[in-house]
Amino acid sequence: MAAAKKKRAAAPTWPADIFRTLKDAGIAQVSYVPDAGHASLIKSCLADNHIKATRLTTEEEGVALSLGAWLGGDRSAVLMQSSGVGNCINMLSIIEETRSPLLMLVTMRGEWGEFNPWQIPMGQGTQKSLEDAGVIVYRVDDPDDVAETIYAASQLAFNSYRAVAVLIGQRVIGFKDWRK
Amino acid sequence: MAAKKKITLNRRDVVSRIVRDRGDMLMVTGLGSTTWDAAAAGDHPNNFYLWGGMGGALVTGLGLARAQPDRRVIVLTGDGEMLMGIGGLATTAVAAPANLAICVIDNQHYGETGMQETHTGHGVDLPGMAAAAGFAETATVWNKTELEAAIPLLYDTKGPVFVAVKVNTDAVPMILPMRDGTAIRARFRESVLRDRAHD
Repeated sequence: MAAAKKKRAAAPTWPADIFRTLKDAGIAQVSYVPDAGHASLIKSCLADNHIKATRLTTEEEGVALSLGAWLGGDRSAVLMQSSGVGNCINMLSIIEETRSPLLMLVTMRGEWGEFNPWQIPMGQGTQKSLEDAGVIVYRVDDPDDVAETIYAASQLAFNSYRAVAVLIGQRVIGFKDWRK
Repeated sequence: MAAKKKITLNRRDVVSRIVRDRGDMLMVTGLGSTTWDAAAAGDHPNNFYLWGGMGGALVTGLGLARAQPDRRVIVLTGDGEMLMGIGGLATTAVAAPANLAICVIDNQHYGETGMQETHTGHGVDLPGMAAAAGFAETATVWNKTELEAAIPLLYDTKGPVFVAVKVNTDAVPMILPMRDGTAIRARFRESVLRDRAHD
Protein backbone atom coordinates (compact mmCIF):
# COMPACT_ATOMS: atom_id res chain seq x y z
CA MET A 1 0.00 0.00 0.00
CA ALA A 2 2.87 2.36 0.78
CA ALA A 3 4.15 2.00 -2.77
CA ALA A 4 0.70 2.61 -4.20
CA LYS A 5 0.26 5.73 -2.10
CA LYS A 6 3.63 7.02 -3.18
CA LYS A 7 2.74 6.44 -6.83
CA ARG A 8 -0.46 8.43 -6.44
CA ALA A 9 1.29 11.25 -4.66
CA ALA A 10 3.58 12.04 -7.60
CA ALA A 11 2.05 14.58 -9.99
CA PRO A 12 0.69 12.66 -12.97
CA THR A 13 2.00 13.54 -16.42
CA TRP A 14 -1.01 12.41 -18.44
CA PRO A 15 -2.87 15.76 -18.28
CA ALA A 16 0.15 17.45 -19.89
CA ASP A 17 0.27 14.59 -22.40
CA ILE A 18 -3.36 15.28 -23.33
CA PHE A 19 -2.68 18.98 -23.79
CA ARG A 20 0.27 18.32 -26.11
CA THR A 21 -1.81 15.80 -28.02
CA LEU A 22 -4.65 18.29 -28.51
CA LYS A 23 -2.13 20.83 -29.84
CA ASP A 24 -0.63 18.20 -32.17
CA ALA A 25 -4.12 17.37 -33.44
CA GLY A 26 -4.75 21.01 -34.36
CA ILE A 27 -7.50 21.61 -31.81
CA ALA A 28 -8.52 25.28 -31.94
CA GLN A 29 -11.47 25.25 -29.53
CA VAL A 30 -11.91 23.47 -26.22
CA SER A 31 -15.14 23.55 -24.24
CA TYR A 32 -15.67 22.10 -20.82
CA VAL A 33 -17.75 21.45 -17.79
CA PRO A 34 -15.13 21.01 -15.10
CA ASP A 35 -14.11 17.75 -13.55
CA ALA A 36 -11.37 17.29 -11.00
CA GLY A 37 -9.73 14.85 -13.41
CA HIS A 38 -9.52 17.58 -16.07
CA ALA A 39 -8.44 20.42 -13.74
CA SER A 40 -4.85 20.63 -14.89
CA LEU A 41 -5.76 20.28 -18.58
CA ILE A 42 -8.37 23.06 -18.30
CA LYS A 43 -5.74 25.36 -16.79
CA SER A 44 -3.39 24.64 -19.69
CA CYS A 45 -6.12 25.35 -22.25
CA LEU A 46 -7.08 28.63 -20.58
CA ALA A 47 -3.44 29.72 -20.56
CA ASP A 48 -2.90 28.97 -24.27
CA ASN A 49 -3.29 31.95 -26.60
CA HIS A 50 -4.20 29.79 -29.58
CA ILE A 51 -6.95 27.76 -27.97
CA LYS A 52 -10.38 29.33 -27.66
CA ALA A 53 -11.71 27.89 -24.41
CA THR A 54 -15.44 28.00 -23.68
CA ARG A 55 -16.86 27.27 -20.25
CA LEU A 56 -20.26 25.59 -20.54
CA THR A 57 -23.30 25.43 -18.30
CA THR A 58 -24.15 21.88 -19.40
CA GLU A 59 -22.34 19.33 -21.52
CA GLU A 60 -24.75 19.23 -24.46
CA GLU A 61 -23.73 22.79 -25.22
CA GLY A 62 -20.28 21.39 -25.96
CA VAL A 63 -21.75 19.08 -28.59
CA ALA A 64 -23.57 21.96 -30.31
CA LEU A 65 -20.52 24.20 -29.97
CA SER A 66 -18.37 21.54 -31.64
CA LEU A 67 -20.73 21.42 -34.61
CA GLY A 68 -20.65 25.21 -34.94
CA ALA A 69 -16.87 25.24 -34.68
CA TRP A 70 -16.61 22.62 -37.43
CA LEU A 71 -19.00 24.59 -39.64
CA GLY A 72 -16.56 27.47 -39.32
CA GLY A 73 -13.44 25.36 -39.89
CA ASP A 74 -12.24 24.83 -36.30
CA ARG A 75 -11.40 21.49 -34.75
CA SER A 76 -12.60 21.27 -31.18
CA ALA A 77 -12.67 18.99 -28.15
CA VAL A 78 -15.19 18.76 -25.31
CA LEU A 79 -14.07 17.89 -21.78
CA MET A 80 -16.52 16.47 -19.27
CA GLN A 81 -17.10 14.02 -16.45
CA SER A 82 -18.98 10.79 -17.15
CA SER A 83 -22.10 12.16 -15.43
CA GLY A 84 -22.25 14.80 -18.16
CA VAL A 85 -22.52 12.22 -20.91
CA GLY A 86 -26.16 11.69 -20.03
CA ASN A 87 -26.81 15.36 -20.69
CA CYS A 88 -25.51 15.04 -24.25
CA ILE A 89 -27.63 12.27 -25.68
CA ASN A 90 -30.18 14.08 -27.86
CA MET A 91 -27.66 16.71 -28.96
CA LEU A 92 -25.38 13.96 -30.28
CA SER A 93 -27.93 13.45 -33.06
CA ILE A 94 -26.82 16.65 -34.78
CA ILE A 95 -23.28 15.30 -35.05
CA GLU A 96 -24.34 11.99 -36.56
CA GLU A 97 -26.91 13.48 -38.91
CA THR A 98 -24.44 16.05 -40.29
CA ARG A 99 -21.55 13.55 -40.23
CA SER A 100 -19.37 16.02 -38.39
CA PRO A 101 -16.43 15.22 -36.13
CA LEU A 102 -16.74 15.29 -32.36
CA LEU A 103 -13.98 14.58 -29.85
CA MET A 104 -15.16 14.02 -26.28
CA LEU A 105 -12.69 13.48 -23.45
CA VAL A 106 -14.57 11.95 -20.56
CA THR A 107 -13.11 11.42 -17.11
CA MET A 108 -14.85 8.54 -15.40
CA ARG A 109 -16.63 8.40 -12.08
CA GLY A 110 -18.81 5.67 -10.67
CA GLU A 111 -16.38 2.82 -11.16
CA TRP A 112 -12.87 1.96 -9.82
CA GLY A 113 -12.91 2.61 -6.07
CA GLU A 114 -15.92 4.95 -6.18
CA PHE A 115 -17.13 6.21 -2.80
CA ASN A 116 -20.26 8.09 -3.89
CA PRO A 117 -23.08 5.68 -4.77
CA TRP A 118 -24.94 8.40 -6.67
CA GLN A 119 -22.20 8.35 -9.31
CA ILE A 120 -22.71 4.65 -10.10
CA PRO A 121 -25.79 4.74 -12.38
CA MET A 122 -24.36 7.16 -14.95
CA GLY A 123 -20.78 5.93 -14.58
CA GLN A 124 -21.79 2.34 -15.28
CA GLY A 125 -23.99 3.45 -18.18
CA THR A 126 -21.58 5.87 -19.82
CA GLN A 127 -20.07 3.62 -22.47
CA LYS A 128 -23.35 1.95 -23.39
CA SER A 129 -25.14 5.29 -23.62
CA LEU A 130 -22.51 6.74 -25.91
CA GLU A 131 -22.46 3.67 -28.15
CA ASP A 132 -26.25 3.64 -28.34
CA ALA A 133 -26.08 7.29 -29.45
CA GLY A 134 -23.69 6.42 -32.28
CA VAL A 135 -20.42 7.49 -30.67
CA ILE A 136 -17.26 5.40 -31.13
CA VAL A 137 -15.76 4.77 -27.70
CA TYR A 138 -12.15 4.23 -26.70
CA ARG A 139 -11.28 3.47 -23.11
CA VAL A 140 -7.97 4.00 -21.38
CA ASP A 141 -6.99 2.59 -17.99
CA ASP A 142 -3.21 3.01 -18.09
CA PRO A 143 -1.79 6.56 -17.78
CA ASP A 144 0.93 5.65 -20.29
CA ASP A 145 -1.71 5.00 -22.97
CA VAL A 146 -3.63 8.26 -22.58
CA ALA A 147 -1.80 10.38 -25.13
CA GLU A 148 -1.68 7.72 -27.85
CA THR A 149 -5.34 6.87 -27.39
CA ILE A 150 -6.44 10.50 -27.60
CA TYR A 151 -4.28 11.08 -30.65
CA ALA A 152 -5.81 8.05 -32.38
CA ALA A 153 -9.29 9.23 -31.39
CA SER A 154 -8.62 12.70 -32.79
CA GLN A 155 -7.44 11.28 -36.10
CA LEU A 156 -10.49 9.06 -36.32
CA ALA A 157 -12.82 11.96 -35.46
CA PHE A 158 -11.39 14.60 -37.78
CA ASN A 159 -10.24 12.46 -40.70
CA SER A 160 -13.25 10.17 -40.76
CA TYR A 161 -15.84 12.74 -39.62
CA ARG A 162 -17.19 10.77 -36.69
CA ALA A 163 -18.09 11.25 -33.04
CA VAL A 164 -15.44 9.67 -30.83
CA ALA A 165 -15.25 9.62 -27.04
CA VAL A 166 -12.24 8.67 -24.96
CA LEU A 167 -13.18 7.42 -21.51
CA ILE A 168 -10.34 8.04 -19.07
CA GLY A 169 -10.81 5.42 -16.37
CA GLN A 170 -11.05 6.29 -12.71
CA ARG A 171 -8.01 4.08 -12.21
CA VAL A 172 -5.97 6.61 -14.23
CA ILE A 173 -7.33 9.61 -12.37
CA GLY A 174 -7.07 8.07 -8.92
CA PHE A 175 -10.14 7.92 -6.77
CA LYS A 176 -11.12 10.58 -4.30
CA ASP A 177 -9.98 9.77 -0.77
CA TRP A 178 -12.94 10.86 1.37
CA ARG A 179 -11.06 10.23 4.63
CA LYS A 180 -8.93 13.32 4.05
CA MET B 1 -47.83 42.62 -14.74
CA ALA B 2 -48.89 45.33 -17.19
CA ALA B 3 -51.74 44.68 -19.62
CA LYS B 4 -50.64 42.47 -22.48
CA LYS B 5 -49.57 44.32 -25.60
CA LYS B 6 -51.20 43.40 -28.86
CA ILE B 7 -48.93 41.40 -31.14
CA THR B 8 -49.27 42.28 -34.81
CA LEU B 9 -46.03 41.33 -36.57
CA ASN B 10 -46.08 38.34 -38.91
CA ARG B 11 -43.09 36.00 -38.54
CA ARG B 12 -42.48 35.64 -42.27
CA ASP B 13 -42.47 39.41 -42.81
CA VAL B 14 -40.00 39.80 -39.96
CA VAL B 15 -37.58 37.15 -41.21
CA SER B 16 -37.78 38.43 -44.80
CA ARG B 17 -36.90 41.91 -43.54
CA ILE B 18 -33.95 40.63 -41.52
CA VAL B 19 -32.36 38.55 -44.29
CA ARG B 20 -32.83 41.32 -46.85
CA ASP B 21 -29.65 42.90 -45.45
CA ARG B 22 -27.73 39.64 -45.05
CA GLY B 23 -24.62 40.39 -47.13
CA ASP B 24 -22.06 37.74 -46.19
CA MET B 25 -23.73 37.02 -42.83
CA LEU B 26 -23.81 33.39 -41.67
CA MET B 27 -27.09 32.16 -40.23
CA VAL B 28 -27.92 29.24 -37.95
CA THR B 29 -31.62 28.45 -37.65
CA GLY B 30 -33.25 26.52 -34.84
CA LEU B 31 -35.72 23.66 -34.89
CA GLY B 32 -38.32 24.13 -36.30
CA SER B 33 -40.49 27.14 -37.35
CA THR B 34 -37.49 29.44 -37.77
CA THR B 35 -35.91 26.89 -40.10
CA TRP B 36 -39.09 27.03 -42.23
CA ASP B 37 -39.10 30.85 -41.98
CA ALA B 38 -35.55 31.03 -43.28
CA ALA B 39 -36.46 28.75 -46.18
CA ALA B 40 -39.50 30.86 -46.97
CA ALA B 41 -37.34 33.98 -47.02
CA GLY B 42 -35.05 32.38 -49.60
CA ASP B 43 -32.70 29.42 -49.41
CA HIS B 44 -29.02 30.35 -49.13
CA PRO B 45 -25.78 28.36 -48.81
CA ASN B 46 -24.86 30.50 -45.80
CA ASN B 47 -27.89 29.14 -43.95
CA PHE B 48 -27.31 26.23 -41.61
CA TYR B 49 -30.68 24.67 -40.87
CA LEU B 50 -31.06 22.70 -37.66
CA TRP B 51 -33.83 20.12 -37.91
CA GLY B 52 -32.99 18.64 -34.53
CA GLY B 53 -30.91 19.21 -31.43
CA MET B 54 -33.52 21.41 -29.78
CA GLY B 55 -31.82 23.89 -27.47
CA GLY B 56 -28.58 23.87 -29.43
CA ALA B 57 -29.03 26.74 -31.88
CA LEU B 58 -27.43 29.55 -29.87
CA VAL B 59 -24.36 27.58 -28.86
CA THR B 60 -23.94 26.20 -32.39
CA GLY B 61 -23.82 29.84 -33.43
CA LEU B 62 -21.29 30.52 -30.70
CA GLY B 63 -18.93 27.81 -31.97
CA LEU B 64 -19.28 29.19 -35.48
CA ALA B 65 -18.75 32.79 -34.35
CA ARG B 66 -15.59 31.82 -32.49
CA ALA B 67 -14.29 29.97 -35.56
CA GLN B 68 -15.16 32.84 -37.94
CA PRO B 69 -14.53 36.02 -35.93
CA ASP B 70 -14.50 38.22 -39.05
CA ARG B 71 -17.97 37.17 -40.20
CA ARG B 72 -21.28 38.25 -38.71
CA VAL B 73 -23.21 35.28 -37.33
CA ILE B 74 -26.94 35.49 -36.65
CA VAL B 75 -28.81 32.75 -34.84
CA LEU B 76 -32.49 32.72 -35.74
CA THR B 77 -34.58 30.61 -33.42
CA GLY B 78 -37.85 30.30 -31.59
CA ASP B 79 -38.80 30.98 -27.98
CA GLY B 80 -39.33 27.30 -27.16
CA GLU B 81 -35.97 26.35 -28.65
CA MET B 82 -34.22 29.15 -26.76
CA LEU B 83 -35.86 28.19 -23.48
CA MET B 84 -34.63 24.61 -23.83
CA GLY B 85 -31.03 25.82 -24.07
CA ILE B 86 -31.38 28.73 -21.68
CA GLY B 87 -28.00 28.09 -20.03
CA GLY B 88 -26.49 29.02 -23.38
CA LEU B 89 -27.23 32.65 -22.54
CA ALA B 90 -24.65 32.48 -19.75
CA THR B 91 -22.16 30.53 -21.84
CA THR B 92 -22.47 32.98 -24.73
CA ALA B 93 -22.38 36.11 -22.61
CA VAL B 94 -19.19 35.00 -20.89
CA ALA B 95 -17.54 33.94 -24.17
CA ALA B 96 -18.55 37.40 -25.43
CA PRO B 97 -18.35 36.95 -29.22
CA ALA B 98 -18.43 40.45 -30.73
CA ASN B 99 -19.72 39.07 -34.06
CA LEU B 100 -22.72 37.10 -32.77
CA ALA B 101 -26.36 38.14 -32.61
CA ILE B 102 -29.38 36.03 -31.80
CA CYS B 103 -32.87 36.88 -32.94
CA VAL B 104 -35.66 34.98 -31.23
CA ILE B 105 -38.87 34.89 -33.23
CA ASP B 106 -41.13 34.80 -30.20
CA ASN B 107 -44.71 33.69 -30.80
CA GLN B 108 -45.06 32.52 -27.20
CA HIS B 109 -46.02 29.03 -28.35
CA TYR B 110 -44.55 25.66 -29.31
CA GLY B 111 -45.56 25.89 -32.95
CA GLU B 112 -44.58 22.42 -34.11
CA THR B 113 -46.30 20.39 -31.43
CA GLY B 114 -49.81 21.79 -31.25
CA MET B 115 -49.39 25.43 -30.25
CA GLN B 116 -49.02 24.88 -26.52
CA GLU B 117 -47.98 28.03 -24.69
CA THR B 118 -44.36 28.67 -23.71
CA HIS B 119 -43.11 30.58 -20.68
CA THR B 120 -42.61 33.79 -22.70
CA GLY B 121 -46.36 34.47 -22.71
CA HIS B 122 -46.34 34.16 -18.94
CA GLY B 123 -43.86 36.80 -17.97
CA VAL B 124 -40.52 35.23 -18.83
CA ASP B 125 -38.48 37.99 -20.46
CA LEU B 126 -35.80 36.45 -22.66
CA PRO B 127 -33.97 39.71 -23.47
CA GLY B 128 -34.08 40.49 -19.74
CA MET B 129 -32.44 37.16 -19.01
CA ALA B 130 -29.85 37.79 -21.73
CA ALA B 131 -29.10 41.23 -20.27
CA ALA B 132 -28.74 39.74 -16.81
CA ALA B 133 -26.34 37.14 -18.22
CA GLY B 134 -24.22 39.92 -19.67
CA PHE B 135 -25.19 40.29 -23.33
CA ALA B 136 -23.81 43.53 -24.75
CA GLU B 137 -27.11 44.64 -26.31
CA THR B 138 -30.68 43.43 -25.92
CA ALA B 139 -34.03 44.54 -27.30
CA THR B 140 -37.65 43.47 -27.59
CA VAL B 141 -39.44 44.32 -30.82
CA TRP B 142 -43.23 44.77 -30.95
CA ASN B 143 -43.77 46.65 -34.23
CA LYS B 144 -42.25 47.61 -37.58
CA THR B 145 -40.57 50.74 -36.28
CA GLU B 146 -38.83 48.81 -33.56
CA LEU B 147 -37.89 46.11 -36.07
CA GLU B 148 -36.13 48.69 -38.25
CA ALA B 149 -34.30 49.96 -35.19
CA ALA B 150 -33.20 46.39 -34.39
CA ILE B 151 -31.63 45.70 -37.81
CA PRO B 152 -28.38 47.57 -37.00
CA LEU B 153 -28.27 45.73 -33.68
CA LEU B 154 -28.36 42.39 -35.47
CA TYR B 155 -25.78 43.30 -38.11
CA ASP B 156 -23.48 46.03 -36.89
CA THR B 157 -23.50 46.35 -33.13
CA LYS B 158 -20.77 44.77 -31.05
CA GLY B 159 -22.13 41.51 -29.67
CA PRO B 160 -23.29 39.40 -28.25
CA VAL B 161 -26.67 40.87 -29.16
CA PHE B 162 -30.05 39.44 -28.18
CA VAL B 163 -33.22 40.58 -29.94
CA ALA B 164 -36.65 39.07 -29.33
CA VAL B 165 -39.30 39.86 -31.92
CA LYS B 166 -42.83 39.31 -30.73
CA VAL B 167 -44.83 37.75 -33.59
CA ASN B 168 -48.43 36.61 -33.92
CA THR B 169 -49.61 33.04 -34.37
CA ASP B 170 -51.25 33.49 -37.77
CA ALA B 171 -50.92 30.37 -39.91
CA VAL B 172 -48.18 30.57 -42.54
CA PRO B 173 -47.53 28.23 -45.48
CA MET B 174 -45.23 25.33 -44.66
CA ILE B 175 -42.04 25.86 -46.65
CA LEU B 176 -39.29 23.36 -45.96
CA PRO B 177 -35.60 23.66 -46.83
CA MET B 178 -33.31 20.73 -47.58
CA ARG B 179 -33.25 18.34 -44.65
CA ASP B 180 -30.31 16.00 -45.25
CA GLY B 181 -27.99 17.16 -42.47
CA THR B 182 -24.86 15.95 -44.19
CA ALA B 183 -25.74 17.87 -47.34
CA ILE B 184 -26.58 21.02 -45.36
CA ARG B 185 -23.27 20.80 -43.49
CA ALA B 186 -21.27 20.18 -46.69
CA ARG B 187 -22.92 23.02 -48.58
CA PHE B 188 -22.39 25.44 -45.70
CA ARG B 189 -18.72 24.52 -45.29
CA GLU B 190 -18.12 24.82 -49.03
CA SER B 191 -19.63 28.29 -48.96
CA VAL B 192 -17.65 29.45 -45.91
CA LEU B 193 -14.36 27.58 -46.20
CA ARG B 194 -14.03 27.22 -50.00
CA ASP B 195 -11.03 24.99 -50.76
CA ARG B 196 -10.67 24.03 -47.08
CA ALA B 197 -14.22 22.66 -46.94
CA HIS B 198 -13.24 19.03 -47.36
CA ASP B 199 -10.02 18.97 -45.35
